[in-house]
Amino acid sequence: MEAGMVTPAPALVRFSGIQKTYDGENLVVKNLDLDIRKGEFITLLGPSGSGKTTTLMMLAGFEVPTHGEIYLADRPIKNVPPHRRDIGMVFQNYALFPHLTIAENIAFPLSVRKTSKADVQERVSAALRMIKMETMAQRRPGQLSGGQQQRVALARALVFNPQLVLMDEPLGALDKRLREQMQLEIKQLHETMGITIVYVTHDQSEALTMSDRIAVFNDGIVQQIDRPDALYEHPVNSFVAHFIGENNVLAGTVETIDKDYCRVALAGGGAVTARAVNVSGAGASTSLSVRPERVAIVRDGDAGEGPNRLPAKVQNTIYLGDHALAVLEVAGNGEFMVKLQPGAHHSLQPGEGVFITFRPEDCLALDPV
Amino acid sequence: MTDTRLTSANASTEVPLKRRLRRAERTRQVKALALVAPLLVFLLFTFAGPIAGMLWRAVDDREVRQVLPQTVAALANWDGKDLPDEKAYAALASDILAARAAGTVAIAAKRLNYALNGFRTILTSTARNLKAMPEPGTAKETLGKINPAWRERTTWTTIKNAGGPVTGFYLLAALDLTRNADGAIVAAPPDQAIYRDIFARTFLISLGVTALCLILGFPVAYLLATLPPGRSNLLMIFVLLPFWTSLLVRTCAWIVLLQSKGVVNDSLHWLGIIDEPLRLIYNRFGVCVAMTHVLLPFMILPLYSSMKAISPAYMRAAASLGAPPLTAFLRIYLPQTLPGVGAGSLLVFILALGYYITPALVGGAADQMISYFIALYTTETANWGLASALGAVLLLATVLLALVYGKLVQGQQVTGGMKN
Repeated sequence: MEAGMVTPAPALVRFSGIQKTYDGENLVVKNLDLDIRKGEFITLLGPSGSGKTTTLMMLAGFEVPTHGEIYLADRPIKNVPPHRRDIGMVFQNYALFPHLTIAENIAFPLSVRKTSKADVQERVSAALRMIKMETMAQRRPGQLSGGQQQRVALARALVFNPQLVLMDEPLGALDKRLREQMQLEIKQLHETMGITIVYVTHDQSEALTMSDRIAVFNDGIVQQIDRPDALYEHPVNSFVAHFIGENNVLAGTVETIDKDYCRVALAGGGAVTARAVNVSGAGASTSLSVRPERVAIVRDGDAGEGPNRLPAKVQNTIYLGDHALAVLEVAGNGEFMVKLQPGAHHSLQPGEGVFITFRPEDCLALDPV
Repeated sequence: MTDTRLTSANASTEVPLKRRLRRAERTRQVKALALVAPLLVFLLFTFAGPIAGMLWRAVDDREVRQVLPQTVAALANWDGKDLPDEKAYAALASDILAARAAGTVAIAAKRLNYALNGFRTILTSTARNLKAMPEPGTAKETLGKINPAWRERTTWTTIKNAGGPVTGFYLLAALDLTRNADGAIVAAPPDQAIYRDIFARTFLISLGVTALCLILGFPVAYLLATLPPGRSNLLMIFVLLPFWTSLLVRTCAWIVLLQSKGVVNDSLHWLGIIDEPLRLIYNRFGVCVAMTHVLLPFMILPLYSSMKAISPAYMRAAASLGAPPLTAFLRIYLPQTLPGVGAGSLLVFILALGYYITPALVGGAADQMISYFIALYTTETANWGLASALGAVLLLATVLLALVYGKLVQGQQVTGGMKN
């Protein structure tokens, strides 16, 4: 999967056969094996209830695995209490101590480690400089905006140079513009400081922006771990294809398989050639995944015969500023999206019959949904 | 339409914004006032009125002035250095004769006796023996013959000092102070100087009960705030149960438990731990135990509400930052409970200051608090002035404490406000 990596860095964290249940009946995390490399930014991505936060809490030490072992720098840590793990954590609502000033908040991890006063002062002011909040050292958390509180929480988790920093949906409470700005800031900190970050989010665009690698969680299982581009281009199953980015789904049955490609008869009529990614064999049902930006709309006789050419009916067009979307009905799917250049949507009338074409390598045959 | 809008815009520049706001808010304010009016009237008659009356009675001093008006007037210009002149003696004789006829001698005698022990005898014997108004110029001699006390300066200073209409006498007495013959404030004679000790005892017992409530209540409040809802509701019922039982019943229950043949002593005896019954009641121990039991909910509830507001994320954050559990508790959790600790402690302390029934039932003679003496002076000896003065001092102490607490809490809110 990681063809691009020449020599993978040694694993800093290793989850080995981790299972977790809260009620003794349902496993929230089912048999998790995951290596986190030193210096990487890994995101645990998934819908709520997929087990990603539980995984993070087990790593932080606030939850105990029901089965399996977690290694931090080759040391089993299942029985190490949270305060001895040397892991920094940024919480969802920042959890800044309301009765302490910003400087005292940042100094807290240093003072509990019995750092000398001069050293504490120096490192706190360095941390304040890093987050550009030198002037607010004596304020209380309640007097700061959400973005400022977020920065302080970040500085507090980094100031004691932990070997690992965990972030539990740290940007969830911020508005969109601030969130995007903070994403870049965190990414920059990661690159300049060379720290290892485990980041939990349910926002796929956030994960794509920031991560070196993303572990996609669903139903207590890691569906795929890969670089963002690989996840987008080469999802291994329908869940990942659907969860990462926009995606059109067409149901069908595999007719023939020829090496990497297969011919699929669509349930709504017609047949296409697709890359055989996750199909069991001829006769099996499959879900085809096509990205909206990989589809072209042509009029009758506009283009030559390709292997994938399907009739479509325009339902609607949506103008989105930097691009436009055409909503089509294709082979029984009434919400088939095609990405257009802005302005191109003017030429499409609702109810108009057109054709769509896409390359076989842009169409993935995955497990049926 | 345009025209109306223009005129109204003009009108708005003429009528100041503040007045228009007041006018707009007036109906709402009147309605709100009407809603609270019944309670306001009730409080005025049952709370504010009696308190004002009490404060007035603490300084009110018109009894002697009413019974011996001429004497008080004659003494108004007396410098107090020597015995007063013949005119004052004549005024006194005339006053006493009038008072005897009206049957009001005892009123003045009672008041003067507070200030000078034995004055009652002086006045009543004089009233009994003074048959008629002495010949002009012989009043001094006649009165001195009837009772030699009239030849002493102190007797006359006492009357002058009690001349009213207002006096600091009761308030000074409540603080173990008095005025000597020269009018200077001095310590009261040892046999009358009991109130400072009683105040100290009252504060000591209240402080002890507050400390006990805090020590016992803190863990309970913590449990209440951290247990899952089902179990914490059950625990809350146990905390509130004492509220639904009469104070008298609870205090009497402690008598049953703690008396020398009570449940506790019998159990200890049966277990072979003691041979002689322990003295658990009618002493300081019994008072503290019973009062702590009664006042515990007042500590637990404010603590609970302040703890409930502390997100568990703070303790997790502290742990993730490297703080061992005890450090995290002391540096993160405990400081955030301080407003609750302050509110609970102040509530318990102020309530304990005024305790009367419980110490009266389970305490010994040396454990009676200030309320007991206030009640004693009100109901037994009818010395309303002193009772009011003691009450006023207690009220002052309580108000001061409340002000200090208010300042503390306000500071907390300004600096420790939290958003998340």
